[in-house]
Amino acid sequence: MSTHTEQPARPGQEPIDVNDPRLSRFDIVREGARRDDIEIVHYEDQVAPGSRAERRLVRTVAGFFLVTGLAATAFLAIYIWWPWEYQPGRGGDKLFTPLLGATLGIALLGIGFGILTWGKKLLPKEVSIQDRHEGAVPAEDRTITGQTMLYMADELGVRRRPLLGMSLLAGLVPVGAVAAAPLVGGLISDPHKNNQMMTTGFAPQDGRKIRLVREDGRPIRPADISAGGQITVFPGIEHGVSNRHADSPTLLIHLRDADAEVSRRNNERQGHGGYMWGNFAAYSKICTHAGCPASLYEQQTNRLLCPCHQSQFLITDNAKPIFGPASRRLPQLPIEVDAEGYFVAKSDYTEAVGPDFWERP
Amino acid sequence: MKRRKFDMAAVPGNTARAVDDRFQVATPLRRLLNKVFPDHWSFLLGEIALFSFVVLLLTGVFLTFFFEPTMTEVIYNGSYAPLRGTPMSAAYASTLDISFDVRGGLIMRQMHHWAALLFMAAIVVHMLRVFFTGAFRKPRETNWIIGSLLFWVGFLAGFTGYSLPDDGLSGTGLRIASAIILSIPVIGTWVSAAVFDGEFPGTIIISRFYIAHVLLVPALLVALISAHLGLVFKQKHTQWPGPGRTNGNVVGERMFPRYAIKQGGFFMVVFGVIALLGGLFQINPLWLFGPYEAWVVSAASQPDWYVMFLDGSTRLMPDWEIYLPIGEGYVIPPLFWPTVVLPGILVGLSTLYPFLEARYLKDYRSHNLLQRPRDVPFRTGLGAMAITFFVILTLTGANDVIADKFHISLNAMTWAGRIGLLLLPPLAYYVTYRICLGLQQHDREVLAHGVETGIIRRMPDGRFVEVHQPLTTPDEHGHTELPYAGWVVPKKMNRLGALGPAIRGFFYPIEKPAEAPVSPGHPPVEPRPEREEVGSGETRS
Repeated sequence: MSTHTEQPARPGQEPIDVNDPRLSRFDIVREGARRDDIEIVHYEDQVAPGSRAERRLVRTVAGFFLVTGLAATAFLAIYIWWPWEYQPGRGGDKLFTPLLGATLGIALLGIGFGILTWGKKLLPKEVSIQDRHEGAVPAEDRTITGQTMLYMADELGVRRRPLLGMSLLAGLVPVGAVAAAPLVGGLISDPHKNNQMMTTGFAPQDGRKIRLVREDGRPIRPADISAGGQITVFPGIEHGVSNRHADSPTLLIHLRDADAEVSRRNNERQGHGGYMWGNFAAYSKICTHAGCPASLYEQQTNRLLCPCHQSQFLITDNAKPIFGPASRRLPQLPIEVDAEGYFVAKSDYTEAVGPDFWERP
Repeated sequence: MKRRKFDMAAVPGNTARAVDDRFQVATPLRRLLNKVFPDHWSFLLGEIALFSFVVLLLTGVFLTFFFEPTMTEVIYNGSYAPLRGTPMSAAYASTLDISFDVRGGLIMRQMHHWAALLFMAAIVVHMLRVFFTGAFRKPRETNWIIGSLLFWVGFLAGFTGYSLPDDGLSGTGLRIASAIILSIPVIGTWVSAAVFDGEFPGTIIISRFYIAHVLLVPALLVALISAHLGLVFKQKHTQWPGPGRTNGNVVGERMFPRYAIKQGGFFMVVFGVIALLGGLFQINPLWLFGPYEAWVVSAASQPDWYVMFLDGSTRLMPDWEIYLPIGEGYVIPPLFWPTVVLPGILVGLSTLYPFLEARYLKDYRSHNLLQRPRDVPFRTGLGAMAITFFVILTLTGANDVIADKFHISLNAMTWAGRIGLLLLPPLAYYVTYRICLGLQQHDREVLAHGVETGIIRRMPDGRFVEVHQPLTTPDEHGHTELPYAGWVVPKKMNRLGALGPAIRGFFYPIEKPAEAPVSPGHPPVEPRPEREEVGSGETRS
């Protein structure tokens, strides 16, 4: 097929006078295309003008546009008059958003399909071939541009005047640093300020031990949790139950006698003797892997599962990880019961709580 | 004074002349109107991403009028009764207001979310199309790199976006992000403290994410998308091989009017589909999750789909902690590998791929013709390998849900994922490679022997043979010598025009029977010869 070349002087392809009154409008279009190295090799009406097929397609397109008008009107009517305010339970307001979506969707699809039918079916089909002109930049042009740029460099004379280059560099590098300084300086914040990576809300304040409290702030007595049960506890300080102390939430577990025995023995082996109080043990709820709350406690196996990445910790063995991506035990909070019979933390956690980091050990 | 009559018909011409006198636009405008685009359905996948992005901008601007990006604690007192009286951040409260107290706010929010999911999906599918057809080869390596960066910037846009409402689910995602930052050796704690202004969660992260989500990341997206489209325009689109198509031309339609009209229609269709999704299909019902509280999470907490593969890689990672006994000792947590190193490798591999392949094939020419996946089995195999890798990780991102719904042990799911991640991609490579070779072989067979007609002939000696329709005049052995062109080979008789399609029309037949389908873009230069009936061979009067 057509091996299109760039030579303008092909037979029948001579530039034509576009002001020639005998030319049709399409002749001029074709000439314009030719000047852009495009050959229109095939151009054909898809439907004969005035034919039944054309009338039918016109009706289809018009139908699509009318559907759009109807759907858009329906959208507006629903938007204005439909009871949209939220009511508890089942009500008409639950249909507000679906109705808006359906009418808006139909309206937009109507325009879309209308335009597509118009373009795809009613406009003439064509096949045009355009030259890519790739690598068509003459080697000469490259030479000229390259030489021009080298000439510019020569004019600047950095090579002849090395002091200019060096002083420019010496001047610009600090300016670049100046641009970065406010951003870095403003954002930077010492991660070890107040030893915050290592402390939680359970750190004793002025020698006063911190109580373990529930979500509603009430302190907890041992009798409040039945054997095998567990409860999430927080430091009994101001804002203790909030995201300001995101690393403090702790799981207080009441182990059964046999499990407690095993747990105590393992505690002692770990050097954590006395961390438990009676059959109660408290472990950080913040997963040592990615910081999610490890909150699914399996009573029968004494495993604690983190729902984010499925790390599993064995509570009766110092909450050591036994499956999944976590590599570090959940820190244990040493607990006891104060004179009034409420749980308190003997001290803060003795290791870093939460996800692991470089300088942790 | 004689009043001149105002000539209405001359206005457009005069205006055009006046504009051209000042800006000289006639020639560049003609070039633009005339620019030829090749057409194929697979070239429209990237458009879906572009159009979704436009919808994202439109709906996103609406949302900014009502969203309050602060973590100030407020007591919710809006329409949604179950949460009334709950302390929460202003960000979460204003998101609830958008959902319940702004008329039409919910559909805007849901359209925004669906458009984001569609944006990322279209990017991935478009990227696969470009990969499998070799469209990334010289001279288009730069655009491939921009495209793969677009995935990651889109990822960032998505993550910063769905973290903004500060609900229970997104807060958990943010917590994991902070852990990922913390896991980076040496600088982790410093970067995390800089991002969150101290310890997680701090009080400023939502405001910072907001400006990133509505200004910085979209600006980067707009810049990258503009460069991407500009390069497509400058370098001209690739095209499939076929009759008349060479490495040096573009066969297709001029941009105006038909091509542009089809694009406009397609935009409205994408917009309409997003509207339907946003209205009819609930997405991220964050009023069910409650405000973010560091101690609350539920099972089945999954991120948006394009983040799930990282969630999956994190779940599969064994608990390998590296301890460095220097000074007081340092650790590299296991979280570092699947969430920082793996994405780093993926970015590196994907951006470098065009150069690696060119080096491997010692092919440094420019390519404007696409390749069919079957014709480059090793590349198709690598792609299948990558897809398998991605799908396993994404499924693993939901392995707790799968374990729950199908009553499979969760630990078994994790182990299946670990083993599968190592075994299945190479297997996918092998199977894909063989399938490619098989498809090529069948093409060659048709070129040599012709199309199977489905007609069985009994030979005098009792054998049965199938009659083949050769594609050209065969030699004395019944073989045809047609070159393998790397393009569609007809496999069925109706592709050769043997069985014309039925005349269409519901009540009335359309006058002219539709043409039998030909290769896309094949210019039917000469009229088709009259069809001969393919019969059983008997002649009836």
